[in-house]
Amino acid sequence: MMQETQQSQRDPLLKVQNLVVEYAVGGKTVHAVSDVSLQVARGETLGLVGESGCGKSTLGCAVLQLSQAVSGRVLFDGHDLTAMHGDTLRRMRQRVQLIFQDPIASLNPRRRIGEIIAEPLVISGVKDPKKRQKLVCEVLSAVGLDPSLVIGRLPHEFSGGQCQRICIARALVLNPEFIICDEPVSALDVSIRAQILNLLEDMKARFGLTLLFIAHDLAVVKAVSDRVAVMYLGRLCEVGPSEQLFAHPAHPYTALLIEAIPVPDPDVRPAESVPVGEPPSPIAPPSGCRFRTRCPRADQRCIDEVPELRPVAPDQYVACHHPLIAAG
Amino acid sequence: MTEPALLSVKNVSVDLPTPRGNLRAVDQIDLNIGAGRTLGIVGESGCGKTMLSRAILQLLPKKAKLSGRVMFDGQDLVRLDPERLRKLRGRSLAVVFQDPMTSLNPVLTIGTQLIETLQEHLELDSVAAKWRSVELLGAVGIPAPQQRLMQYPHQLSGGMRQRVAIAIALSCEPKLLIADEPTTALDVTIQAQILDLLAREQRRRHMAMILITHDLGVVAGRTDDVAVMYAGRVVERAPTPVLFKKMHMPYTEALLAAIPKIDAAPHAPLPAISGRPPDPTRPIQGCSFSPRCRYAAGRCYREKPLLAASESPDHQYACFHPIQVTAGVCA
Ligand SMILES: Nc1ncnc2c1ncn2[C@@H]1O[C@H](COP(=O)(O)OP(=O)(O)OP(=O)(O)O)[C@@H](O)[C@H]1O
Ligand SMILES: Nc1ncnc2c1ncn2[C@@H]1O[C@H](COP(=O)(O)OP(=O)(O)OP(=O)(O)O)[C@@H](O)[C@H]1O
Ligand code: SF4
Ligand code: SF4
Ligand SMILES: [Mg+2]
Ligand SMILES: [Mg+2]
Repeated sequence: MMQETQQSQRDPLLKVQNLVVEYAVGGKTVHAVSDVSLQVARGETLGLVGESGCGKSTLGCAVLQLSQAVSGRVLFDGHDLTAMHGDTLRRMRQRVQLIFQDPIASLNPRRRIGEIIAEPLVISGVKDPKKRQKLVCEVLSAVGLDPSLVIGRLPHEFSGGQCQRICIARALVLNPEFIICDEPVSALDVSIRAQILNLLEDMKARFGLTLLFIAHDLAVVKAVSDRVAVMYLGRLCEVGPSEQLFAHPAHPYTALLIEAIPVPDPDVRPAESVPVGEPPSPIAPPSGCRFRTRCPRADQRCIDEVPELRPVAPDQYVACHHPLIAAG
Repeated sequence: MTEPALLSVKNVSVDLPTPRGNLRAVDQIDLNIGAGRTLGIVGESGCGKTMLSRAILQLLPKKAKLSGRVMFDGQDLVRLDPERLRKLRGRSLAVVFQDPMTSLNPVLTIGTQLIETLQEHLELDSVAAKWRSVELLGAVGIPAPQQRLMQYPHQLSGGMRQRVAIAIALSCEPKLLIADEPTTALDVTIQAQILDLLAREQRRRHMAMILITHDLGVVAGRTDDVAVMYAGRVVERAPTPVLFKKMHMPYTEALLAAIPKIDAAPHAPLPAISGRPPDPTRPIQGCSFSPRCRYAAGRCYREKPLLAASESPDHQYACFHPIQVTAGVCA
């Protein structure tokens, strides 16, 4: 079933429809992404959260056609990327960029920063070296680095936070419309994390970007997202406007995630967490609702029937048979 | 504190020779922790938290130079002979690391590792040790503990492995447990469960605990006292509720402000700390936080502020221009 009604009707730049991605591992199938549909409107930031292994990166890679989808469609600006090949796909891909979690590992250790950032320009056919140099300098200044101090140096001479700035510069140099940020601050310290989040927000405003922001930290996601999508074991649980979702989570898993965030206030005694166990394997996901093995509300229906995503509040959608808020 | 402390770290420094020169990882730290108390140690990556805990455990890299004293239960660990130290570490002084694989042996089953520890330190026979192992695994929330005894660490998830590491650490009823970022590598839901487990066992056993983390949120509801570290030093120390209500160090304030808050509005700019911590091989003149501090002035660039008591003796900070200090009380 297609959820055409889902989410903000504003001009969607990215539309993912019923996407299924699987990996074959030793004769078994990993159900990494199962029937996920979502949209990202032009100019918005959609946050994507969920525990390790729930399929966030796989979804991000599938959007870029870096991992092969079993079925489903990825529409970018109305064009179906899953049906594109060769040069057409390559040209389309330039409009979408990716920023990874591990900034140091994603930079070639033997190339100088200037070359690393110019590389996408070379590939996309900017032949004039002077023009490349100018673009590289502009983008480095934009991310708060001094081009003259940075261009000639190697990645290992920089800290994690600086490397992430360099990665952001590399992602921006082709002037993309859409950036997929895959846990861009997870590997960074609290203080540096705030710098990079602020930088991403500035760049978004300055270059009119649309972002898919992947993270496992809900507070980080909330800080930058207009809407948030919650994933669990390959499926979408809930999607809605950030504030609404945090104030009134409809899915029991969203509520669990919110409850588990450590609050920096000693008066807020952490509620003894319910011993909810650990997520099952995506090789043999539970029948019906995949969250049912850890859900306090699970009943027979949750074992028998896969819950479909349906609206519970304006712009808020949940896939649960017994949501925490009643449909209005 | 009238009662003698269980652990008292006295003027401890750790120096490491590096190709770039001497690196002072821990710089003249004094700390006390009483029996049954919990102390949180918080600070950014590289500030020396792990080196401090290794200095306490006498598990420093070979080339490291340690000075100062580490008094534990009436003995100076720095001067203790290796054999007695090894006994102590298995028994009354235990540790849990960020990566559980650091403390688990990959080629031995969970059961063998637990049973051996119990036999060695508690001198239990093999039947009693096995029975106790099952009980311990159950206590740390591992389902079907009987079967788990046969499994190897790699057959468990990260959260389960950390539970096993905790079970081994707790097995000999230690007086002090040092937990060095025990949940940093885990997901939030698992993180909350592990922290609860540690808190429950700490209370139940009346064990002292040092909880090391870079997240002020983690220590807020779970410790009696907090020490904030910056560039190898303790820069503020106070009972946890006092610290959060009335912090005096600009660094503590900045660290707290930089955490994204769940109740903040989306797109609200975060008060980031500019720059980054100093290179520990290039000591800074004056206060080591001065290049990043928004209150820095005059003296901060010339002299090192020492840790000193505020209005109350158990709240200490190292700063020339403390925030929220009642006028007239502080020099
Ligand atoms: N190349 C691959 N081959 C086989 N299995 C894979 C591959 N990549 C990912 N997986 C599996 O697919 C599932 C989803 O992985 P994915 O990396 O998308 O999760 P994630 O949500 O990004 O997790 P994390 O937060 O740890 O980055 C996991 O079970 C993972 O082990
Ligand atoms: N084996 C080593 N040899 C030389 N220097 C080291 C070694 N281990 C750590 N250091 C340095 O000592 C300083 C303190 O490191 P330490 O590991 O104690 O920091 P930390 O506070 O535990 O950081 P993190 O939060 O990243 O674990 C850092 O500057 C680090 O680079
Ligand atoms: S569908 Fe059932 S098991 Fe799934 S989240 Fe809802 S109540 Fe829980
Ligand atoms: S001593 Fe000065 S520089 Fe250091 S924290 Fe205090 S005000 Fe800031
Ligand atoms: Mg990932
Ligand atoms: Mg450490």
